[in-house]
Amino acid sequence: MSDPAQRFVLEIEDLAIRLPVGADRARAVAGVSLRVGQGEIVCLVGESGSGKSVIAHAVLGLLPRALVAEQGRIRLEGEDLLTATPDRLRDLRCTRMSMIFQEPMTALNPVMTCGRQIDEVLEEHTKLAPAQRRAKILEIMTQVRLPDPERLIDAYPHQLSGGQRQRIMIAMALILEPVLLIADEPTTALDVTTQAQILSLIRDLQRQKGTGVLFITHDFGVVAEIADRVAVLQHGKLVELGASAQVLRAPEHPYTKMLIASVPSMEPRHRDAIAAGAPVLRTEKLGKVYVSSGFFQAARTVRAAEDVTIAVHRGETLGIVGESGSGKSTVARCVARLIDPSSGTIHLDEDEIGSMPRGRLRRHRKRVQIVFQDPYRSLNPRRTVGASIVEGPMNYGLSREAALERARQLMATVKLDPAALDRYPHEFSGGQRQRICIARALAMEPELLIADEAVSALDVSVQAQVLDLLDQIRNSLQLAMLFITHDLRVAAQVCDRVAVMQGGRVVEYGPVAQIFGAPRHAYTRELFAAAPGRGYRFARQV
Amino acid sequence: MSAPAGIAGDVARPKRRGALGRALRNKGAIFGAVILLAMLLVALSAPLLGTVDPIRIDPTCRNRAPGVECATRDNAGQRVTVTPRMGTDSLGRDVYSRVIYGARVSLLVGISVAVVAIAIGLVLGLVSGYFRWLDAIVMRVMDGLMAIPGILLAIGLVAVWRQGLWGGVTMAVILAIVVPEIPRVVRLVRSVVLSIREEPYVEAAISVGTPTPLILIRHVLPNTIAPLIVQGTYICASAMLVEAILSFLGIGIPPQIPSWGNIMAEGRTLFRIAPHNILFPGIFLGLTVLAVNVLGDGLRDTLDPRMSKRV
Repeated sequence: MSDPAQRFVLEIEDLAIRLPVGADRARAVAGVSLRVGQGEIVCLVGESGSGKSVIAHAVLGLLPRALVAEQGRIRLEGEDLLTATPDRLRDLRCTRMSMIFQEPMTALNPVMTCGRQIDEVLEEHTKLAPAQRRAKILEIMTQVRLPDPERLIDAYPHQLSGGQRQRIMIAMALILEPVLLIADEPTTALDVTTQAQILSLIRDLQRQKGTGVLFITHDFGVVAEIADRVAVLQHGKLVELGASAQVLRAPEHPYTKMLIASVPSMEPRHRDAIAAGAPVLRTEKLGKVYVSSGFFQAARTVRAAEDVTIAVHRGETLGIVGESGSGKSTVARCVARLIDPSSGTIHLDEDEIGSMPRGRLRRHRKRVQIVFQDPYRSLNPRRTVGASIVEGPMNYGLSREAALERARQLMATVKLDPAALDRYPHEFSGGQRQRICIARALAMEPELLIADEAVSALDVSVQAQVLDLLDQIRNSLQLAMLFITHDLRVAAQVCDRVAVMQGGRVVEYGPVAQIFGAPRHAYTRELFAAAPGRGYRFARQV
Repeated sequence: MSAPAGIAGDVARPKRRGALGRALRNKGAIFGAVILLAMLLVALSAPLLGTVDPIRIDPTCRNRAPGVECATRDNAGQRVTVTPRMGTDSLGRDVYSRVIYGARVSLLVGISVAVVAIAIGLVLGLVSGYFRWLDAIVMRVMDGLMAIPGILLAIGLVAVWRQGLWGGVTMAVILAIVVPEIPRVVRLVRSVVLSIREEPYVEAAISVGTPTPLILIRHVLPNTIAPLIVQGTYICASAMLVEAILSFLGIGIPPQIPSWGNIMAEGRTLFRIAPHNILFPGIFLGLTVLAVNVLGDGLRDTLDPRMSKRV
């Protein structure tokens, strides 16, 4: 399907990389052959642990010592990289091949100005005079559409937003016009509107300069936005390789089919109307103001949430959607009383818990339970999962035997082996841990379950399973659920109603069909426009 | 509905050795532990190791070099010939016996300072890290304690306690070394608590209604153990050195109780003609402190890998 006269900048042939003894498989990648043509974007897609980052690091010669490429060839414009000396690789990096990383927060040195960090590349690889270098830096900063390059060139990374930092990274990677750019999940840590801008920037620059791009991602929305060709990786093996439209619309391999089917649709799922009645949770003008002050510092106030008025009924899921810093997690943590709201009320049925002192609150704690985002940090690694699950019920006077019995039943509910109760969290995968966290929350027999980005850290296929599980539980137990997410696709699938938050305020609030069908607020429309791959209907039918 | 997720049995179970098991594979930790245990054994069984009364003065055998015979009378007045293994000091006391008995003071001071400083620091650190309103108060008090020079404090305390039994003076020395160490332990524990209290599993414990003291004991405390053990060994080593310094300066353990510090202090004047008075206690002190430090490094590498990464 590719033009036979096309020049390939990167050719990977039959690559196999050995993992250290004791890893979950013998090879990180095996038998991978892949080519990136000039001016082409090839997306490397796979779930966590599929070996996609290992390939990227192998190309750049940045593999950890424990991983050894034992077979195959990696050629950059015909030059073999696996046999190249470290010095040669150092020369090639940034001049002929570059990489941008996932985390713009940590990829830049916090004590060096942005200009200085780009300058380092020039200093190392060119013989330009300082004034010429500065002119070149300003030029590339303009090209990556940074506002006011004259000012930002002397700014420190912490003075920039996440999107601007990623632009600096891109500027650094592209300043010497390499033939190959490797982008390792460059937009995963960014908000959806910023992500859309960065994606279009990468595509525009790449077209302009004719760079070949190996774009690593787990997000099929991003793939649909940017890819010319797609390579799907499963457990280190390349299972499908083809033109983007073909792979997305008519996947051949069962694994690709499963992955694409797992992508939630933007189309809201039809739900039966919820019988109205007294809401389980009702917040009235809820507000949270952070005042930071030290002994010798001036007070600084941040309004994390303001005038939030929402209600959740039995058997209903209310989604709170917004970008980072919109205050959605603040609302969740206020409702769970992990933090104290500064104004407004929170009613659980008839009880006002917003201003209740901590001592009296204990009785009501069990009524609201929360599932957190990071499955690797939300279970105490030193305690067995059984101990974690029975902790709550035993706090409220249940005997150990009865609590363990309940835990065993709940393990079955969340589709885990009840015999696994005496294992430690590190023996479980991320999705399994999230199930355990759900079981821990359910053990309290709550009226309201809060899911704070509960599926955001999971791979898409696991995400689909956990979403199904949450849905089933809500239906069978008639729970009220507060679902915090930044992902519109997920919100479309699980929510009955949606509140869109921006800058601490709810800007739009209504039934999911109405918000997704006819968004009224400008910000909501902007969010939808930025959602990657909105043109595609990934076939998810449940 | 999707297929049920694989149960835990399908997951590869990474091997996880206990902390002790990992420590036992570290050569440094073993080396340190063996020497430290040997020292402890020596200190405890001092009377059985062929020693004589460490404070018995023998005017006929003064400043003898190690291994040189000396004819004298024993306590009963009988003529005997003795061969002091490490020589004698300027009062004719047996240096070997003094060094062996001196191990008692050093180890007692080192270990009790470590235990007391960690116990107090742990409680204060947990409290000030977890209860934010107490933090400012506790930490300002700690700042104050850090401003006290340890040696001056020791001089003051020992002067006050001088009249007491020898136990009283030892207590004063221990106290004088403990006080400046506490803020360091508090800061260490507090920093661990500050990061752990933000962990979602602590918040989960709050939301399932676990009482605060139980949260501290169950979820926060275990995370402080590893860095504390490591810190404890360093405190122990530095306390032994400080004790020796204090005794050397004559403001620590009184001269009639042999301690490595005061044996060296008394040997100082005759260093040129009788260097063994400084050499032997010095070797013992150096070896013990080295052993404790090496043990600490080994434990740090195995218990708290974050601290040693990329060194």
